[in-house]
Amino acid sequence: MNVQAIRAIYQYEMARTRRTLLQSVVSPVLSTALYFIVFGSAIGSRISHVSGVSYGAFIVPGLIMLNLLTQSISNASFGIYFPRFVGTIYEILSAPVSAIEIVIAYVGAAATKSIVLGLITLATAALFVDIRVIHPLWMIGFLLLTAVTFSMFGFVIGIWADSFEKLQLIPLLIVTPLTFLGGSFYSIHMLPPLWRDVTLFNPVVYLISGFRWSFYGISDVNIAISLGMTLVFLCVCLAIITWIFKTGYRLKT
Amino acid sequence: MRTNRAITMLPIIHVSHVSKTYAGGQVALRDVSLDIRRGEIFALLGRNGAGKTTLISIICGIVTPSAGKITADGHDIEREYRAARSLIGLVPQELTIDFFESVWATVSLSRGLFGKKPNPAYIEKILRELSLWEKKDVQVRKLSGGMKRRLMIAKALSHEPQILFLDEPTAGVDVELRRDMWQLVRRLRDAGTTIILTTHYLEEAEEMADRVGVIDKGELILVEDKKELMLKLGKKRLTLILAAPIEEIPATLSAYPLTLSPDKRELVYHYDNSEHGGVAALLIDLVKAGVEVKDLRTEESSLEDIFVSLIRRAP
Repeated sequence: MNVQAIRAIYQYEMARTRRTLLQSVVSPVLSTALYFIVFGSAIGSRISHVSGVSYGAFIVPGLIMLNLLTQSISNASFGIYFPRFVGTIYEILSAPVSAIEIVIAYVGAAATKSIVLGLITLATAALFVDIRVIHPLWMIGFLLLTAVTFSMFGFVIGIWADSFEKLQLIPLLIVTPLTFLGGSFYSIHMLPPLWRDVTLFNPVVYLISGFRWSFYGISDVNIAISLGMTLVFLCVCLAIITWIFKTGYRLKT
Repeated sequence: MRTNRAITMLPIIHVSHVSKTYAGGQVALRDVSLDIRRGEIFALLGRNGAGKTTLISIICGIVTPSAGKITADGHDIEREYRAARSLIGLVPQELTIDFFESVWATVSLSRGLFGKKPNPAYIEKILRELSLWEKKDVQVRKLSGGMKRRLMIAKALSHEPQILFLDEPTAGVDVELRRDMWQLVRRLRDAGTTIILTTHYLEEAEEMADRVGVIDKGELILVEDKKELMLKLGKKRLTLILAAPIEEIPATLSAYPLTLSPDKRELVYHYDNSEHGGVAALLIDLVKAGVEVKDLRTEESSLEDIFVSLIRRAP
């Protein structure tokens, strides 16, 4: 295994985050704070509790997931799209690096960044509401698994996109709506029965539900199903990436 | 078991029957076979779109060949891609660098990608050699065009390759920098690096190359030692300035392909590089015919002239 190459790409990607610190870290923290002001204080003050948890605390796992999903996708998709866009991908393709090493490096860097952001979001949230994590290991597990899975998804988008517009298309039009409608700010039990059933087709519901369970021990769906769905996602992304490197899709001519 | 001598005799790059047809049906290479000798400077010449960059890209692993086989120092570039690619450095035609990163970071990334442990002393050495050391912490976008091109070379050299591909290395650079680059390439060759370059500047190939390959419409139409090529295909032109004008070429000189200038004061003689004897005989016959020569000058065809005539001749 070309460990030096993995290290080189990983460090290069992390350096890019440091270079764009304001955009990478400050912006998500600010948006989290705004969510708390709007949903936690202004609207949340009118909703007392959800499943025995104060509304402000209830939305924390959903907010972290929202950031984790969007940041994982945007970090990983930009990470691989940028060298394709400027042409520096030639260096990666001509280097003695295997597909798996490229994925480990790019996905690893994107997942690291989004996990750090997730933890910063958690710390920011802790300034506004009282948070408890009753299953910390599961919380870390879900955080890791979701970050890696969606960084892989972002990597796929970064390979597929052939313009900056396309790079934003799926995150903006699909992922963000699914996250908002996936129970970030409410329990799906608060919905009418029909919409509750429809919501179950939204895969993000399972991610948020599992993650919230690790905090408060309450969930919209069974924890095993949440875990299973996350793993299914992971496998689907892995399969697509394997296919990309086997065929050279959008990488080689 | 191969002996050391046998190994050094083997071509460092062996291209065997390589073809490439792109997805749109465009044929870029047709059955190209080529051996690059260890330690030589090989110039690959051809018009725009002739297939030079495609061939280089295939050898470097960026483009997938439709057919054929390539080895680098005996390693199959597909099956043993790690061993093969570790030997190769590539300087692409375009200035494809991350403009927002520092010189040091981008060169370090290149070294790491090729599996080499960080070696600040080596990176410093190549940056100094390429006059980039003072700029090591500067963002790439702030460098001049010439510096960016030198940086591309520094990146390619960062992993100490045995084979260096230079795709149009001096395109758009000034004369002084071009001369500096030629010196650098010679130093690399003297240090044992095999160099394959493509260039539009035939003067560059003439100045630097040990051997020359001409590619046209995806076909390798010629591979030849540069000196032999110039000897074989080069033409010379001898202009004889006469002491007094003559009305016509004497009949005793009819065996020579001579032409008389319109002002009747010069005789022009075209001959091949291989026909040196002809000049001496002509001069003797001129004296015999009573034609007095006041002065003479010779002109030799350049590699550019040979290249143009080859390309015109190609079907």
